[in-house]
Parts: sequence; C-alpha cells; structure tokens
Amino acid sequence: MNFFRFIKESFKIVIRGNKWYYLWIAFLLILIGWGGLGYLGQLKEGLIVTNMRDSISWAFYIGNFTFLVGVAAAAIMLVVPAYVYDWKPIKEVVIFGELLAISAVIMCMLFVMVDVGNPLRVWHMIPFIGRLNFPSSLLGWDAFVLNIYFLLNLCIVTYLLYKLFYKKEYNKRVLLPLILFSIPMAISIHSVTAFLYNGLVARPFWNTALLAPKFLASAFCSGPAVLLILFQILKKTTTFEIKDEAIWKIAELMAYAMFLNLFFFFSEVFKEVYSDSEHIVHFKYLFLGIGENRDIVLYGWLSVIISIIAFLLFLIPKTRTNIVTLNIGAVLIWFGVYIEKGIALLIPGFTPDVLGQIYVYRPSPAELRTAVAIFSVGFLIFTLLTKVAVAIVFEGFSIERLKREKETVPPAAAETA
Amino acid sequence: MINMKEKEPENKENKKNKLTRRNFLKAAAAASALVTLGACSKTSMEEFLQGHFKTLTKKDLKRVLERLEAEYSKKYGKKFSVSAKPPIDGTEFGYALDISRCIGCRRCVYGCADENNQSRDPQIHWIQVLEMEKEKGIDFVHSNLYYNHDQVPFEGHFYLPVACQQCKNPPCVRVCPVEATWQERDGIVVVDYNWCIGCRCCMAACPYGARHFNWGEPTIPAEKVNPKTHFLGNRPRMKGVVEKCTFCIQRVREGLYPKCVEVCPVGARKFGNLLDPESEIRYILENKRVLVLKEELNTQPKFFYFFAT
Repeated sequence: MNFFRFIKESFKIVIRGNKWYYLWIAFLLILIGWGGLGYLGQLKEGLIVTNMRDSISWAFYIGNFTFLVGVAAAAIMLVVPAYVYDWKPIKEVVIFGELLAISAVIMCMLFVMVDVGNPLRVWHMIPFIGRLNFPSSLLGWDAFVLNIYFLLNLCIVTYLLYKLFYKKEYNKRVLLPLILFSIPMAISIHSVTAFLYNGLVARPFWNTALLAPKFLASAFCSGPAVLLILFQILKKTTTFEIKDEAIWKIAELMAYAMFLNLFFFFSEVFKEVYSDSEHIVHFKYLFLGIGENRDIVLYGWLSVIISIIAFLLFLIPKTRTNIVTLNIGAVLIWFGVYIEKGIALLIPGFTPDVLGQIYVYRPSPAELRTAVAIFSVGFLIFTLLTKVAVAIVFEGFSIERLKREKETVPPAAAETA
Repeated sequence: MINMKEKEPENKENKKNKLTRRNFLKAAAAASALVTLGACSKTSMEEFLQGHFKTLTKKDLKRVLERLEAEYSKKYGKKFSVSAKPPIDGTEFGYALDISRCIGCRRCVYGCADENNQSRDPQIHWIQVLEMEKEKGIDFVHSNLYYNHDQVPFEGHFYLPVACQQCKNPPCVRVCPVEATWQERDGIVVVDYNWCIGCRCCMAACPYGARHFNWGEPTIPAEKVNPKTHFLGNRPRMKGVVEKCTFCIQRVREGLYPKCVEVCPVGARKFGNLLDPESEIRYILENKRVLVLKEELNTQPKFFYFFAT
C-alpha cells in the first residue's frame, strides 16, 4: 500500500511541470516519433537499410552500445567514495549517478535490440525457456550482467527515494551489501562487454588483453563527464544542489582515469609499431588510412588529441577548478571517448576484413534516426526519474508535506483544485 | 492439460485446489485468446514458437518440415522437399583444394549459389575467390576479391577460393548466444535458420569471412530455385539470419559430391571422408604438400589447400 502511494505521488510529480519542462518532454517525444518511424522502416526492410554489410557486420549501433555500457558502469564510480569512505559532499549526487546508470542500461539494451536481425526471437536467449549458450557465449553473459546491474540500481534508487519520501532512516544492513555488490557488477558489465570483442581470435585489433582495462579507464572518464554536465544543467534548471568541491573531486578522479587510458593506448601503439607484424594494418587504417581510404583518419587523430587536451585540462588544478575550462574538458572527454568507443573501435577492428578487403562504412540515415530515437528514450527516462529524485531530495517533497497540505486545504477544495 | 484433469479426482476437493484450477483455466483462456489473436497468421505464430532443431521430437520435426515444404512450394510454384537427414555413421568430411590448378574462373561461386539457393539480390556468395600475387604468396591484405579480367588466370597471379573451413574448433559456434549454430557428427557446421536471432557474433568471430548475413529479404527467381533442400542447409532463408557453406549437406549425406567439386572445370577440388583410409582426401593429406589457412589461430580447419604439381 505504502509503496503504491509512493509510486502514485511520484507519477503526479512527473506530470506536473513548468513550460520548459513540457517543451523538453514534447521535444523528446517528437524525436522518439521521428526516429521510431525510421526504425519501423528497418523492421520492415531488414538491416539492409543500415550501411552495415558482411565486411563490417557491427557498426554504429554496437558502438553506441559499448559507449553507453561505459556510462552506466561509471556511475558507480561515484558510489565508491560516497559510501565506502562516507564522503559527504557527493552522497546525494550518487542517486543521480544511479539514475543515469538505469537510463544508460536501458539505452544499451535498446541498441542491442535494434542491431539484432530477428528481434522477435530474442526470447531464445532466456535460460530454460530458450537455449542460452551458457557459459561460452559472451553476449549471453553480457545480457545477464546488464540485466542484473539494471535491477540492482533500480532497487537501490527506489529504496533510497522511498525511504526519503517517508522520512525514514534507510536500513544500512540492506543497502550497504547491495551497493557493495553493485561495484563488482559495474566492473563486470564493462569487462564482459570488452571480452565480447577481446575473445575474437579473428580480429587482432581487439584481441589484446589491454582491451578490458582500457574500457574501464575510458568509462571512468566518460561517465563522470556526462554527469558533470548534467549536474550543471540540473543546477541551472532545478533546485538541484552540488558543492563545487564535489565537482572538482570528480574532475580529479577523471584525470587519473584519463592518464591510465592514455597510458594503455600508448602501450598498445608501441607494441604494434615496434613489432610491426601484419596486425599493424588496422592501426595504419585508423591513423594513416590505406590507399585512398582515409575517411576514418580524422576520427582516429581527433579522439587522441581531444583526450590529451582534456587530460591536461583536468590535471592542472587551475583549469580543473575554473568552470569554463572544466566544462570544455568534460565535453572534450565525452567526444573523445564517444569516438574511441564507437567508430575508432569498431571500424578498424573490421577493416581490412578477415580476407583483407576494405569496405568503407558510414552510418545510414536509418541508423542515425534509430539512434536518435534511442537516445531520446534514454533522456526521457532520465528526465522523468530525475524530476522525482530532485523533488524528494532537494524540494522536501514527502508524505508529511502531502499530509500537511491536505490538513490546510479543506478536502472538497483540494479535490476541485 | 489432459494430465491435470486426470489427476484431479484423486485430490481432495479443497479451496487451494479449486483456486489453482481456476487460475489454470484462466491461463488457458488467456492462452487460447492469444492463439485466436494470432490465428490470422497461423504459420507465423507456429514459426515464432518453433523450438530449437535439436529439441524437436520426431513428430514435431515432421510437422515443421511439412509446413516448410508447403510454404516454399507455394512461394516458388515448385514441389519442394525439405529433408532433415542425419549424419551417416563413420563419416567426417574433409575438403582439399589444389591451389596450383585453380584458374579463378568462379564457376564454383555461381554453381554454389544455384545449388544452395543463395539470394541473388542482395547478392550472397558463400565462396569468395581471392586473386593473389605470385610474388607475395598467400597474403590477404594484398589480395583482390573483385578482380575483373577478360581472361583468367591473370599473369603473375594465383587464386585462392575461400568458403567455410569447417573448423574442428570453430570460433563461430562458441560465440553464438543461442546455440543456433553447431557442429554435426560428420563435422559440418550448420545453422538453424529458425533459431538464429541475427546478432552476428559468429560473423565477427569467423577468421575466414565464411558467414553471410541476410541484410534484406533474400530473393531467388522461381525458375532458378533448387527445390531439393535440407533443413540445415540450402532451404530458402529469411531476412535477418546468418548462412554459410555446409559442404552441400543436402548432397553429401546422400553420397553425392558438393556442387563446387562437380562444377570445377580443372578438377582442383577434392572431397571425401577423412575416416576412410582409402579415400582420395586421405591420399592427398598423406602425400601432398598441404596447408590450412591461418593455422596459428588453432581453428583446425577440415578444408585443406595443397599443391599437386
């Protein structure tokens, strides 16, 4: 009953808002509609409306999926200091990190769904009902850990908000194990996603033991970068509060993560360039191009240069604490990792293909539209969840206030209002 | 359903039992409603609920094969047969291709497409013939799949046709999340087209580019379609699934050679039973200079390349 009330009141919060809120929601719904229609075309015609072909059989969708797994995993990076070290300034912020994780995981699953040739048959992956290839399929593992991670974060956030709503102290014995468990889960969702590529003997570009560590390092930059920007938007548009100290701390942690990411990258470049085996062809394609096919070179260099600039911006205390340079750094990291995890990971992995042939890939309009729809769904979910969380955490929205309001207003008047 | 009813009288009538029965009836009603809803396309519902090939009972399998035969016959206006003939005991198939003989004419490519009902538009080819420079040897990065000369063989070049290598340690099978692809007892790696979800993990995993995806609805002109098919082989596919060479499973399990062996004008292609010491394939393995592609990956292909001259 109590829980039902909580859901009901939360729902009321979600449907109420100012002009800008409604405009934002309407904007997202329009994008979802426009993108969704693009996806309908794909459902009807098949994946032929994408520009993927046998040579490059995973591309834009799976790149977005990989990036978003990183975003989801990194949200937990904020949980570690907040709960384990009881570090006050970012404690409330953790809830928003987890909301981001929930939205990101939903987007991940949607990106996998749209990439699959037969979405109706996905039930074949459900253990016992279908025929999950356990334990040898990494995609099976990935679906499993993503679902667990999703449920875990959903439970933690709902429990926290529910307790706050009823102004009750949360039970640490319940919460702490769940939160501690979510830390290895965050690491596993991104490691397993890395292993999905890593274990493929056919693709030397991915078949490196550094892939999973690199995934984690870059995720621990991109996830907080998304959060840093979101926090500032929330600070401007809602009553959301965050101490500058907390933002700087997050930025400092990002600098360390970016250092590791760059270090792993240069280790790999050294190994490939110095040993100069036939596998260097994929690096060559990314950074120099092969013959006339040089489209991707721009992205290869862009991601490296952007990452180095962002690293410096976050490393130097002066630029880290300056709001302008901090934001530039966050946007740069976001771009850098988005390229690194998408186009610069997938395309050189498949080019040249296993028989040495080159197919030049660019995302098709259908792929872009579908991606827009999925990102809009993610933003919509994040917006709605955040609306509730902001009301409860910062605006004192609680059962007591509702009761008080009821007492001050006569019931009849309340109903007509 | 019948079982439950039979058991009922044995149980004492109590509230709990009634409740479960009521719930059961409710579920049954819901299920039948669902079935009626789907009745407008009964076959698609059947297809949706069809189990994995290995879990089908003999009766189920027969039904499925009959359904497919009817469906294909109607679509192409020809009498179709869809077999599910199991492996022959004591066989493990192997293939050998004589690089010194192959002239790069691509007759195997088109023979294979005809035999195995590969989509003409979008075009799918299970066999890919690579043109390589004699000076460089087997070097994929410098090979050309799209050579287009007036006459072959082109001077200074040799040809390397590549299709599924029927690995003994197949990376594609390992990665499939739903066991839609597996290795049969006779060594052929097959795909259940009705079970494949189209995630394309196997395509990323295959070191030989042997797996091909139906990006769009496959089309085959009715006069070109081959109505003699196998469930795990050359039956017409649907969009969104992966397909690959099966050594012509519909032929070799009947004792015939794969189509590519038959159409090769220079006799570069050899096929046989690896378990038979008297077979031609065993002779080649024992007496010729033999190599497999990408040996270092430990995929252990059963497709060998050799130099006879």
